[in-house]
Amino acid sequence: MNDMTNKWIGQRTIRPDGADKVTGRAQYSADYAMPGMIWGKILRSPHAHARIRSIDTSKAEALPGVKAVVTAKDIVDFPVDKSVMLGIQDMRWMCRNVMAREKALFHGHPVAAVAAINEEVAAEACSLIEVDYEVLPHVIEIEDAIRPDAPILHEWNRFEGKPSNITGTMVLRAGDIEKGFAEADIVVERTFRTRPVHQGYIEPHACTVSCAPDGHVTIWSSSQGQFMVRAMTSLLTGIPQSNIRAIPAEIGGGFGGKTIIYLEPVAVMLSKKSGRPVKMVMTREEVQRATGPAPGILATVKMGAKKDGTIVAAEGTFYLQAGALPGAPLRGPVGCSFAAYAIPNVLSVGYEVCSNRSKVAAYRAPGSPQGAFAAECVLDELAEKLGMDPLELRIKNSAKPGDKAIYGPTFGQVTFRETIEAIRNHPHYTAPLERNPRPGVKRGRGVASGFWYNAGGESSVQVNITEDGNVVVTTGHPDVGGSRASIANVVAELLGIEHSRVNVIIGDTMTIGYSNLTGGSRVTFASAMVATASTERVIGQLRERAARIWGIDPEAVKWEDGMALPAGDNAGRFPPLSLAELAARANEMGGPIGTQVQLNTTGADPGFATHCVDVEVDVELGIIRVIRYTAAQDVGRALHPGYVEGQIQGGVVQGIGWALSEEYLYDSKGRVDNPSFLDYRMPVCSDVPMIEPVMLEIPNPKHPQGVRGVGEAPIVPPLAAIANAVHDALGKRFYALPMSPPRVIERLEEAAE
Amino acid sequence: MSKMHVTTTINGEPVEFLCDPAASMLEVLRGPLGLTGTKEGCGTGDCGACSITLDGRLVCACLMLAVEAEGREIGTIEGMAEGDHLHPLQRKFLEMAALQCGICTPGVLMSARALLEKNPDPTEEEVRFGLAGNLCRCTGYDKIVRAVLETAAEMRGAAR
Repeated sequence: MNDMTNKWIGQRTIRPDGADKVTGRAQYSADYAMPGMIWGKILRSPHAHARIRSIDTSKAEALPGVKAVVTAKDIVDFPVDKSVMLGIQDMRWMCRNVMAREKALFHGHPVAAVAAINEEVAAEACSLIEVDYEVLPHVIEIEDAIRPDAPILHEWNRFEGKPSNITGTMVLRAGDIEKGFAEADIVVERTFRTRPVHQGYIEPHACTVSCAPDGHVTIWSSSQGQFMVRAMTSLLTGIPQSNIRAIPAEIGGGFGGKTIIYLEPVAVMLSKKSGRPVKMVMTREEVQRATGPAPGILATVKMGAKKDGTIVAAEGTFYLQAGALPGAPLRGPVGCSFAAYAIPNVLSVGYEVCSNRSKVAAYRAPGSPQGAFAAECVLDELAEKLGMDPLELRIKNSAKPGDKAIYGPTFGQVTFRETIEAIRNHPHYTAPLERNPRPGVKRGRGVASGFWYNAGGESSVQVNITEDGNVVVTTGHPDVGGSRASIANVVAELLGIEHSRVNVIIGDTMTIGYSNLTGGSRVTFASAMVATASTERVIGQLRERAARIWGIDPEAVKWEDGMALPAGDNAGRFPPLSLAELAARANEMGGPIGTQVQLNTTGADPGFATHCVDVEVDVELGIIRVIRYTAAQDVGRALHPGYVEGQIQGGVVQGIGWALSEEYLYDSKGRVDNPSFLDYRMPVCSDVPMIEPVMLEIPNPKHPQGVRGVGEAPIVPPLAAIANAVHDALGKRFYALPMSPPRVIERLEEAAE
Repeated sequence: MSKMHVTTTINGEPVEFLCDPAASMLEVLRGPLGLTGTKEGCGTGDCGACSITLDGRLVCACLMLAVEAEGREIGTIEGMAEGDHLHPLQRKFLEMAALQCGICTPGVLMSARALLEKNPDPTEEEVRFGLAGNLCRCTGYDKIVRAVLETAAEMRGAAR
């Protein structure tokens, strides 16, 4: 079932949700409304760090038009001494993130919420809530937060026996690190810094919630998992999951940032108290101040190699921001930075650091790009010192099947080398580069690689044959970028029917079985696997029906080109029965045709990517532009190549923003100074060139179509690839991101090294 | 303050509405008029998700007061297709996978149409600058630019 002659798998079909999305019909989170609906607004902390002595909501409640007020007292409390995990999120921190409890921990932290007849009244009521704050000293940056005299966010937390903002550690080891460095002929050690960056989804968080008098709750919201919305809302409100119907709206971008919730439990409590449906929509400013981002990092990476280029030791120390509450993705930098290489001696240590900024959320390969920025820049410097081509150095040291991965398992298939060779053999890598195209302009070329774990996990897929012989597929995963199109291709292929006869929808929490988050590059892998199992069962049902009609054994019926055919000795004895004919006789032959399959999928082998980039630096203005970009990745099998390429292209451009322009600016009071799309500078269309994806299709043997996760690996290499290209252009290395014009000028003005 | 009465034309049809004098065109389109195809990404004119046309000129609906619609012609994404016949840009975006999540797509399509009306034969650079006011976080813009260039070529071919 993985053949380049497939009729639908691998075709650039029109996505089932396409026409809705180009005509404005598709309903996103903020597009829902209900009769009798009122509006919720959140009151946010004006301080970066403050103890909440008391909250007086009486004046707000007395304002005409106000229907309900909610504070932390209305949200289920999870005491700090007992962890309650849901996936990677700890409810102790989630309950404090959706509504500040003992303390406001960042500027913009929710402290109360109001529901009123319109947004204006709700906003006025928020201004009438009196919060008695004891303002505390705040801390924003990693370096400041880990100083011995730093203001402490969580007094109960201890690190090495003392109160500390370090709330978690992770250590991975292989071999003997000291012996390893002793064997090295060349050692490079550098310290790197990246700034937090926002996921930058264009759709702000929003929800409409109805809590009926019988306690039945309906939530319309966009997220990367309606089952996550249900489970977290249930935990934070105390309402059983069976009474919560979470309906997934179309999602306007997530990139990991919508794997947690902010508004839903608050809206549920406002709706419960007021008896009215409640709608809440964040402003962009609220999104930028109080959601996401990906953590910044302070990383020191040291690598040692022999003269022949054999890397003998690698050590990484990664301080990763958690934001106001614990939960930094340490497994990103600690586990991924060296994972693609066979290095006998490794010590990789991570510390998560709390500070007075919004709690971090997942962002595309969480933590891996930051670690790769450090490790892949050090590799580039190592190659320079060894006089080796940087791709040769990577090939020489690439992990092989059977190697033990630093993060635990033994590698099965490893397709890293293929991605490096794809770049080495690509015309881009050897194309002449005009180094000084104009006065004051320099060009350079760089490469870097990346690794991401990928994931499988729970998925449910229902396949139903309609009475007229067509197909409806329901999956439980929000579609962030074409997964419905991929599943339609798979089901049409297996059933041997026209693609247009298959429709795919996303079910809600009451209409489809449990399905885990759209995240971890898992959805196409998992849902294609489960859709395959489900469709194969349906084909089994169809063969049985035909067998019954013909009075022969089901084993003597084969399914081909959308029809049941008598096979073996019976071949040619009966005319074929089409899907439509079998559907028309379904009820007389045993009832409706369809089935749901629910699996915990496994076999998601890791993703590898290698990128090559050309940059142009205006040395007067400090502006760096990416002028050519080629991204090679093993995608296993591209079920829908258009959307696979799109994942690669989109991930790369997010990486370009991370490298060159995106960062949070804080003022002296600990407030985000650039909470808008004007000042938080994501790449626009005129900033970037075409991004050439090189899709390697090396089938994953553990997947029925050979699929490998795609979405995350593409954001891992760009940070280092661009920094390496800038070094090639200027002869100077950058150890901090973003390489924005003021930083570039500053670096250029530094005395020569 | 009492509401104001506005008479306008939206997607070729006469429309009347009442609005607060401070209400933006975006609030009125998405609220009382139920035209939620126009999206709000920022509310400050930075993302282009609410791109509409006012007498044929591209504007951000979030930066326009609803009362300014009086006597003018508004165009929104809901008016881009003719019946069940998609505009060539809409069709090409689907054929070339030029959208992922789709939240920016209505604004991008409105901008692209306005660009092609002014310049039926744009270069890649002209497309990139023409769409520089429309943020897309999913696609990296590659397929959007290609789809606009291909649509332009197709429309020029059809016009010949």
